[in-house]
Amino acid sequence: MSTPTVPSTRSRKSTVFRRALALPQAKIGLTLTAVVVLLAVLGPWLGPWLTGYDTTGFAGKPFHSDGVAGTDGLGRDVFTRFLAGGATLLLYAVLATAIGIVLGTALGMLAGYTGGRLDSIIMRGNDVLLSFPQLVFALLAIAMLGPQGWLLVLVIGITHAPRVARVARQATVAVKDSDYIKAAQLYAMPRRRILLREVLPNITGPLMVELGLRLTYSIGYVASLSFLGLGIQPPAADWGLMINENRIALVLEPWGVLLPVLAIAVLTVGTNLVTDSLASAAAGREKEAAA
Amino acid sequence: MTAQVTLTHALEVEDLRVNTLAGSPVLKGVSYSIAPGEVLALVGESGSGKTTAGLAALGHFRRGLAPAGGTVTANPRDGQSVEVLGLAERRRRALRGHTLSYVPQDPALSLNPALRIGLQIAEVLEAHGYGASDDERSARVAEVLGEVGLPADEDYQRRYPHQLSGGQQQRVGIAMAFACRPSVVVLDEPTTGLDVTTQTLVLRTVSELTTEHGVAALYITHDLAVVAAIADRVAVMRGGEIVESGTVEEVLRRPSHSYTRELVDAVPDLDGGGELPTPDADAATLRVTDLSVSFGEHRVLSDVSLTVHSGECLLLLGESGSGKTTLSRCVAGLNDDHSGSVELDGTALAASTRRRSADQLRAVQYVFQSPYSSLNPRRTIAQSVEVPLEMLTDLDRAQRRERVGQTLDKVRLSRELAQRLPDQLSGGERQRAAIARALVTTPKVLLCDEVTSALDVSVQATIIDLLCELRAELGTAMVFVTHNIALARHVADRIAVLRGGEIVETGPVDDVLSDPRHEYTRQLLANTPRM
Amino acid sequence: MSRLIIRRLLVSLVVLWLVSLLVFVATLLLPGDPARAILGQQATPDRIAALQAQLNLDAPVWERYLSWLGGVFTGDLGTSAATQGPVNDLLGDRIGASLVLLVTAAVLSTLVGLALGTWSAVRRGRAADHTVSGISLVIAALPEFVIGVALIVLLSTTVFPLLPSVTLAPPGEPVWSQPLQLILPVLTLTLVVTPYITRMMRATMSEVLDSGYVEMARLKGIPERTVLTRHALPHAIGPVAQVIALQLAWLAGGVVVVEFLFRYPGVGQALIDAVNNRDVEVVQAITLLIAAVYIVVNLLADIVGIVTNPRLRTEVSR
Repeated sequence: MSTPTVPSTRSRKSTVFRRALALPQAKIGLTLTAVVVLLAVLGPWLGPWLTGYDTTGFAGKPFHSDGVAGTDGLGRDVFTRFLAGGATLLLYAVLATAIGIVLGTALGMLAGYTGGRLDSIIMRGNDVLLSFPQLVFALLAIAMLGPQGWLLVLVIGITHAPRVARVARQATVAVKDSDYIKAAQLYAMPRRRILLREVLPNITGPLMVELGLRLTYSIGYVASLSFLGLGIQPPAADWGLMINENRIALVLEPWGVLLPVLAIAVLTVGTNLVTDSLASAAAGREKEAAA
Repeated sequence: MTAQVTLTHALEVEDLRVNTLAGSPVLKGVSYSIAPGEVLALVGESGSGKTTAGLAALGHFRRGLAPAGGTVTANPRDGQSVEVLGLAERRRRALRGHTLSYVPQDPALSLNPALRIGLQIAEVLEAHGYGASDDERSARVAEVLGEVGLPADEDYQRRYPHQLSGGQQQRVGIAMAFACRPSVVVLDEPTTGLDVTTQTLVLRTVSELTTEHGVAALYITHDLAVVAAIADRVAVMRGGEIVESGTVEEVLRRPSHSYTRELVDAVPDLDGGGELPTPDADAATLRVTDLSVSFGEHRVLSDVSLTVHSGECLLLLGESGSGKTTLSRCVAGLNDDHSGSVELDGTALAASTRRRSADQLRAVQYVFQSPYSSLNPRRTIAQSVEVPLEMLTDLDRAQRRERVGQTLDKVRLSRELAQRLPDQLSGGERQRAAIARALVTTPKVLLCDEVTSALDVSVQATIIDLLCELRAELGTAMVFVTHNIALARHVADRIAVLRGGEIVETGPVDDVLSDPRHEYTRQLLANTPRM
Repeated sequence: MSRLIIRRLLVSLVVLWLVSLLVFVATLLLPGDPARAILGQQATPDRIAALQAQLNLDAPVWERYLSWLGGVFTGDLGTSAATQGPVNDLLGDRIGASLVLLVTAAVLSTLVGLALGTWSAVRRGRAADHTVSGISLVIAALPEFVIGVALIVLLSTTVFPLLPSVTLAPPGEPVWSQPLQLILPVLTLTLVVTPYITRMMRATMSEVLDSGYVEMARLKGIPERTVLTRHALPHAIGPVAQVIALQLAWLAGGVVVVEFLFRYPGVGQALIDAVNNRDVEVVQAITLLIAAVYIVVNLLADIVGIVTNPRLRTEVSR
């Protein structure tokens, strides 16, 4: 069914965003994400100002119910540490996502557009990396080099790359035989320019979905590694680490576990809702283009 | 049978209204009726609602559509007449495939790729309890396969759809529809995508089956020539309404509605065509010599040679798989894996665009088949038309803009449309934009690859007219690639017939059409339906 | 078809070999003297010398790789630096324990996911569908340990104190001798994976239900039940099998976190301990093991895809 299209002067790009934003899950998702991001970014400054403790939150009274959420086993104020515990996690997650998306998109587009031997080499290399669950690969690297911030970011980013590359490659292959790419070849347009100007703008839909997905996972992995004691190291205040440190006293002082668990849950649910709205919007656009 | 008198029509559709779930009308009160043994053609362009009207006869509505009024009455040959839309889903299902059946547009999509074709026919019989035993049913499967002209043996029945050709797949679709000896068959563009020879076979099969078994057929199509070949009566649809109906003779020869007249005039006819520009008779502009292409073992083109003079239009005729697109791509430099040579004004062109000079690239341009995929969806029309100038000329920005403006004027696209993105334009407007992009470098040779086949009939005619005008004005040599021989007199001076990668016949259009030398050309001409 | 499967098999073997290479090369990343890096600053020169000999550090890299690979092939996974015992002994029981967890969770989530996904697709656009989609979207976002901690709070410590939150296996007794303590880890893993399978199954089925051949089957008057079982479901198997395989690989990663959270004596727990102790040979053995499981599962999924596709199945007969 094709209803007569009313020509609109809006560009396609804004339609995906607008369409996504019109969906209820996008509004909920953005709100949830914004709340946690604000908390994580402002928390380190807000904490000491609100509670009177410095960022280590040391109050000297183990398992005491002073303050908003009590103290932990080392006598540190849980609420102060909670406010301070999201910034590093968020920074690492964003950096890892950026590495994964940039690297994956570049590899995927190159493999998909060039085809042939280069494609096989890149994709076999991908298969090798894909054979490790991301967390296991991170653990392998950490076992060798120790838990360090840059390594966390790098290794999560690198393990995202083949997954992003698969999506980017598939989207590129779908686009590359389009006649508008052939048209560009008619004018002997250089490959770099074809990739950047003709292909890339036409695969942003799936890439944006991938961006959201990878951000959600990055948050999960950084938090998980910290929870395992192999990510962000003590005595730093960090949500994943706090859950690990306080879970022994779960029955006694549940806030040390519950607050960070809640924050991570709200954040990942928020980013995933936004991702889902982007995916729906991109799929909807594709359907319309096909009609 | 006391109600014999009223049973003149096998299917009666009264004031049928269908809306989208959002409430906008898709069918605005459609009425038609078909007598047993009669073929009613439902004609319309894309978006006219003809498929919706056809599916409604089976009480089926696609997702997002719902009936909003009217009746569909079926009068089975041997039973009670029923109003389909008022029935519960379970009763409707009992009618579908049994009393009312359907032949889909694209058999490649409508046959289940994972099931053997024998089973797909047999399951209709099973679902409706046809016959008393399995033996009786398998006998019927074999019989109906024979009726549509397919082998009926066990081995053939055990094939999967992908092991059949397009024409065979469509005949399996027809066999499924006729298996239960229905009273009404709805055929939804069953020959679209088939080549003319197969189309003729399929049309003949449908014709025989409907007359022989007294089946009322609703034949949905956009092709008026096919209507003339198969239908008794015609109903013309536009925007969800039937604007004109009557016998084929009345509607096609003496159309009363302006839209019908427009449609009839737009159909290219073998005899037709106005004045064509006369080419200069000087030396060949484009010369292709001994061009051969193989994909692996498969030889797509073998030793093809042809010439095109400046200002001349050569019609390159071929059915799907004949290698016509490959040939034009080789000339354009989009397929560098070939032997033989391509010369422009006596100079050999490199096989790949990457090794051709800017002058040469400007001189050979290409218009692609589908305007829906040939324009970058993320660029405005004006930007797309400017790209060739950016890549192939030294013009500065202002000069380029000016040239783009002039070219858009030539194809009659307004400056306002040029600022839009492709998906905000109609198919015809997009194709004009694509033509503008090809002409902006003032090429000597323009390759047009099936440029009308993705467009509605009325739009096709305007694009053909535009190309002829531009050719006269600019003196560009043109290679017009098509599968439709009826276009020949409308666009071309000479014709080259391509079959299985070889040119079997070439000559001036009038000579070839009036006195075809090769058997294949004769066959094509005989199978092309005329109005 | 068999040619296709053999080809796929060879690719898997090559990938497996490259994986082993990667796992080995990782040890070259150890900064400075590997033996010192492993044993730490307090190590006595004797122990360092002993480890150097054990790791065969004087030999060239390729020779060390070959002897390590040879060990893997003959079932000798090396010696643990932490326990000084063979890695095989360390992993023996744990592999079984982890498999119990993995297989139970895999079977549960596959069954539930396929059923929910199909149900949701058939009821597209209705309240039931929106509920399933919404809930699976939320759960899919949560990291394993968040789900695990939530379940502990809900079912073990705070709200309903019903189940043990920690696995206590007396030595020498298999974990499944006390089934109650398996419930929370299995439930966590199941909840992690089910949403993905559900969503994929729903998407695939929706697409199939919108296809031309399903519409045609309905227009032939085939009963809806037959339409679903004969025309729709078989087409969903191939694509969904691949997703399930990916999810099982995900389980293999998730099992690490879940075992750590519930102190479950499996391979994942051993991996965390080994990473903490820089027990290089154990880390190598476990990562290689997990990767091998992934490759095999993926291979099986692809074979299912090939076998269920008649186009590929009949390729030879054409």
